[in-house]
Parts: sequence; C-alpha cells; structure tokens
Amino acid sequence: MNANPQTLGPLPVPPRPAEARRLVVGLAGQPNVGKSTVFSILTGLSAEVGNWPGRTVERREGSARINGREFHVIDLPGTYSLTSNSEEERIAREFILNERPDVIVMLADAAALERNLYLLAELLLLPIPVVLGVNMVDVARREGVEFDAHVLEAALGLPVVPMVASRNEGVAEVLAAAAAIADGERPFAPDRPEIASAHREVYELVHALVAPFVPAGLPADWAALKLLEGDREVTEKSRQWLPPDAWASVHELLREHEDAVLDVAGARYEWIGRMVRAAVRRPRLGQISFTDRFDRVATHPGWGLALLLAVFGMVFWLTFSVAGPVQGWLEETVVARASAGLAGALAGAPAWLSGILVDGMLAGAGIVVTFVPILFVFFLALGFLEDTGYQSRMAYVMDRFMHRIGLHGKSFLPLFLGFGCNVPAVMGSRVIESRPARLLTIMLTPFVPCSARLLVLAFLVPLFFPAFPALVAWGLVVANLVVLVLIGLLLDRFAFRRERLAFIMEMPLYHVPNPRTILIFAATNVWTFMKRAATIIVVVSMIIWLLVSYPGEHVNDSYLAGFGRMLEPVGALMGLDWRLIVATLSAFVAKENAIAALGIIFGTEGEALGTTLAAAITPAAALAFLVVNMLFVPCVATVAAVRQETRSWGWTAASTGLMLASALLFGTLVYQGAVLLGLGGAGA
Amino acid sequence: MASPNAIALSELPPGFRGVVARVAGGRELAARLAAMGLTAGTEIVVLQNRGYGPMLARVRDTRIALGRGQADMVTVYECESADPRAAARPAATG
Repeated sequence: MNANPQTLGPLPVPPRPAEARRLVVGLAGQPNVGKSTVFSILTGLSAEVGNWPGRTVERREGSARINGREFHVIDLPGTYSLTSNSEEERIAREFILNERPDVIVMLADAAALERNLYLLAELLLLPIPVVLGVNMVDVARREGVEFDAHVLEAALGLPVVPMVASRNEGVAEVLAAAAAIADGERPFAPDRPEIASAHREVYELVHALVAPFVPAGLPADWAALKLLEGDREVTEKSRQWLPPDAWASVHELLREHEDAVLDVAGARYEWIGRMVRAAVRRPRLGQISFTDRFDRVATHPGWGLALLLAVFGMVFWLTFSVAGPVQGWLEETVVARASAGLAGALAGAPAWLSGILVDGMLAGAGIVVTFVPILFVFFLALGFLEDTGYQSRMAYVMDRFMHRIGLHGKSFLPLFLGFGCNVPAVMGSRVIESRPARLLTIMLTPFVPCSARLLVLAFLVPLFFPAFPALVAWGLVVANLVVLVLIGLLLDRFAFRRERLAFIMEMPLYHVPNPRTILIFAATNVWTFMKRAATIIVVVSMIIWLLVSYPGEHVNDSYLAGFGRMLEPVGALMGLDWRLIVATLSAFVAKENAIAALGIIFGTEGEALGTTLAAAITPAAALAFLVVNMLFVPCVATVAAVRQETRSWGWTAASTGLMLASALLFGTLVYQGAVLLGLGGAGA
Repeated sequence: MASPNAIALSELPPGFRGVVARVAGGRELAARLAAMGLTAGTEIVVLQNRGYGPMLARVRDTRIALGRGQADMVTVYECESADPRAAARPAATG
C-alpha cells in the first residue's frame, strides 16, 4: 500500500532546458498503420532489437537526429487498445507508465481514423503528452476519405500532422511537433473522452474508493476506468492495493455494473465521433476500392488458396534460385578459404588445436554464415507479404484448416516456411500475437521436413529402395505431416487446452510496399539471429567435433561411437545399430551431415555406398532410420532459434524432448511393423 | 438473441447491412472487438460469409475477419433506413 498517494493534477511541466536535451519518444499506434516504416526512417540501422524485460516480445529502439535535436525512439508494440488482454498491450502501457517517455507519437491510419482514435482515447488517460501523426493520407484519399488536419487539431487540442511515411512526408514534422510539446513551446490541452452519464455515478464511487490507495505515478482516474472495463491486471493489482473493506465495496460495484465495459467503449466512440465530425469528409462515395476488388480473389476459398500456393511457390523459387547459389558461393569461397587459411596458419600447431579450430569452430561459423542468404531472402519475402497487407489474407484463407488442429490461421505461414528451412520458420512465428498460439507453432515447426532433411531423404531412399523410391519418399513425407497433425492435436488437447483461440483479425488495405522498410526488417532479423544463435551453433559444432575425433583416429573409435554403442539396446527397438545411431547423432550440427557420416562410417561413397548399405541394413531398419532422421531433434540452428524465440531453456528442452520422443516412438512402430510385414530380412 | 429481430452475424449473407445490436461472449471479447471498431450501434456490412470457416465484415472503415465462434456472439439489427453513406458503398466479394 502506498503511504504517499499522489493527487492527479495537471501534467508537470518540465523546466525549460538551457540546452536542447535528448527527448525520449514512444512510438505508439494500432497494427498496420506504417509504424515500422516510420521507425525505420527515423532510426535506420541504428535500431537495436532486444526484448522487453522478461517478455518474448521484441523491443526496437534507436536514435534519430532531426534539425540538430537528438531523439531516442522506442517502438511500442502495435495494439488496438491498452487493456490487459494481450502481452503487447500490457507492454505498451507499462512502458508509458513506468519508463515515462517525454512524449508519445501516436500514428493513425487516415483511412480508418475513427477506429484508430480509440487508442488515442486510451492514451490521453495516461500522464504523457501525445502528438498524433495521421499516416497514409494518400491511401485514404484513394479510398475516398479526405481529412483536414487543422480542424482535427483544433478539436483534439493536440498537434496533428498529416503523413505519407512511405514517401518520407511528415516524419520530421511529427517529431518537431513532439519536441515542441515536450519543451512546452506548444500547448497540450487535449479534449478527453468522458464516461457516459449512465455510469458516471458508479465511476465516481469507484474512483473515490481507489484514489487514496493507487500508487504514486498511476493516474487514479485511469485505474478506476480500467476497473470498470474489467481489466484483469488492474483488477488483480487493486485487490492488493486496497484494504479489504474498500476492495469489497469496489468488487460489489463492479459486479453490479458488468456492462460498464460496453458503455466505456461506447463513450469513447461517441467522443471520437465528435472529434472527427468536422475533420473528415467523404467526397467520393460508392467506389469499389482496389482492396475490395483484389480481396474477391485473395480471400476466396478456392482462388485465394491457389494464389497463396503461387505466392509460396515464388518464395521457394526465389530462395533456391537466389539464396541457394549465394550459399554455395559462400561455402566455396569464404568458408573454404577461411578454413584453408586458418589450417595453413596452424600448420605448426598440434593436430587437436587445428582440428578444433578449423573443423569445429570454423565449421560452425561456416554454418552460421551460410544461413545468411536463406534467412535474408525469407525475411525479404516475409517483410514484403506483411508490408503489402497480403499476409493477413493468407491467414484468413488458411484459418479453416489450421483451426482444426488448434492453430491460428497465422500459424500457416511459419509452418509452411519450415519446408524451406526451420530456422526462419521458428523466427517467423513472431507474426502470431498470442503467446500460447506462438508456442504451439514453435513446437510444431521442427516437425516440418526442411529442405536439408528432404535432401537426405532424396539421397538415401533410392539407395535403400531402388525399386520404388518415389513411393517410399512421398509416403515418408506424408507420414511426417500426419505425425505433425497428430502432435498438433495432442498438444492442443492437453498442453494448451485452456487457450482456445478467438480468430479476430484486421484485414488492412493493400499498400505499395516500402523497399527500405523491408530491407531493414530483413537485415535486423538476420543480424539478430546471427548474434544470438552463433555462439550456440559454434559451441555445439566444437563439441561434436571433439566427440567424433577422440579418443581414436577414426569415427568408429570415437566417443560418439562409444555413445552409439551404449545406445544400441534402445536402437535395437528401431533396428538401428551403433553406426546408424552415430550417423543420426552427427546430423545434429546439420541435417545433411547424415549422408557424409554414413559414408565415413561405412567407408564408402556414392554408388558404392548404396550397395554397402543395402547389404548391411535390412529394409525395415532403413525405413526406421529414415523415419528417425526426419523426426529426430532438429539441427542445432533450429534449436538455437527455438531458444531465441521462446526465451526459455525449458521450452527449448520441451521441443527437443518432444522430437526425440516421437522419433523413438514412430521409429519403433515403423521398424516393428515392417518386420511383421516381412521386411526384416536382408536385401531390398 | 437479445431482441426478436436481432440476428447472429454468422447467419447473415454477404452484402447485408445492419447495425450491431449486442456483443455477447464476455467482457474480453467485447473489449477486443470494441477496440477494432465493433461496438453496439455501429453500422456493419457483411463482406463474405460462406457458412463455414471465418467470415469478413466491415465496421468503421475496417475489414475484420471473425471466426465462426466469435461471429456467433455478435447480433445485428436489420436497419431499414440505412445510413445513405453506408448504403452507397457496394458490397465487396460474394
């Protein structure tokens, strides 16, 4: 409880600084208002990506210098309101209340001003001045909406700046207005929404009860209003702040006025209606916008699906025709040269030192480097889909399928990306707002067979099953996807049961994408992955090298082989001898290593490897080996990405354990089933 | 639900215009929808509804996709004297 309650008066006016001080600016706005474009214009590559303390939501901040004035800009999560329904909303309001920026710049979409001002109505209750940037006035004009900034400014009592951020119009102006407000050069006397008369009285009562106990710095009228809105977090906290008798009275009042939330929202829109009445005009009515026309195709269950598949086809084509060659080039020149150079430099050093540095550390670094082109192309594609507004249509079209396995339509994009590479897929799960849905998607992503695993499949299946390779390969991929759906159903049923999700999503207007925004989006994502995952990948690569190289000369005499032999009793269930176990384990660094490992262990390569393998391994064991390799723990880069996205070793371990368990289970089932079918004999 | 002539949003055909009567289903859903512009008394136009899967509606210049479960919670009045502003806007997608 607070012994020194603060009465909420007018905003404290900061003393006029002798020298222009650096201003801290919070960038707020609803989703799809072009906030990331404004942020990237302001901060460019100075932007730093971190996480909000104790949260999995990204925090982007950076510095901007405009007319010699320095600004520190923090990009708040895009939220429709500031109630505590989602993590993003809690983060946005906690930032404003705890970190107290000098000023908030709120961006609004000119084409849907009324709905956007709902967030403003909430921001105006908090003790930080707000400047309004009305973005995308060009798009709004095309939609037949004209708005007059001066009229809106006069009504709201705060600066209003019209903007077209994609053409860098109004961005400097909005910051200049923010500086003028923060310095007290321009007045900030906003018209605030008031509660509707029906609940005026109960509001006053609640206010009077909570005001003496609300901690300093928290506006009591805000707390009272949030209580009426049924805000979970404020309700929970008020229970602690208030003495029991006061809380009992508040609780009783709230119970009697459960419908207050509707009234609060209604009053805000009533206020918004008054604000925009004179400021917004619709000179051209009845035209069909591009968005409506394009949506006839994009959201159609049939055509929309066809379009979506075509778009994904493009993304994969781009990845393999652009990123693939670049990756190959990086491997051949940069990585190979670096390792040749390092090996040369270490020529006089002991073998173990050059081994661990060249074949362990540098090989790991090489994996990190070769991920760059793939990730970059994927994130360019992702940024493009997001920036144009098409991404939400994909989610809409796919929701009816994803819904059945407890997933949100938005989970489709990351899962589908997984066929290319699991790493960007796990990172792509960020598009899903709710944490449980995001976690479920992250858990499922490694079950999507990535291109490296498909490559192993494409290489090994013809060696094991020369008679009908296509049938076996397709069968395995389909079985893999069936397992994915099964795991999804199980997790949804048991692990995420209480989190049945509502599908509510805005379909933004289509926009011409902004190349700068997309480039910066891709660059920061790739850079963040490199920074966070590189250490894990390099360390694991070094450890695996040690395990493979010692104590004996050959793999067969290594620790890993010893470990594999130890695991033989478990492997026997799946028909795997120690050699196949070692091949599986060594694929942890990179999935395609399974092929090379088999070659080294069996001492042959190419065509000869096929003959050797066919002679040494029964079809049943071969089938089980393939199944295990598709389901087994994902590669180290994916594990690193899971750790990066969940911010939790617990969830990372859960994901790895889940893969391991399903590999064991299905490997055993397939082997035993195949043996029963008579595939246990030698030769295919 | 609330009133004899209010119909669940999920049962309305594309092109239907009306006024939101009520949002049932608890405070949380009501608050989320309100923040996106869907409140009682708002004009609403059904843009797409195929009887299965999610549906699309427009409120306050915002296109919102709603799952069936959520659309069941919203009831709508048919409005005879629709706002000419809304009536002039043609229905998209069918």
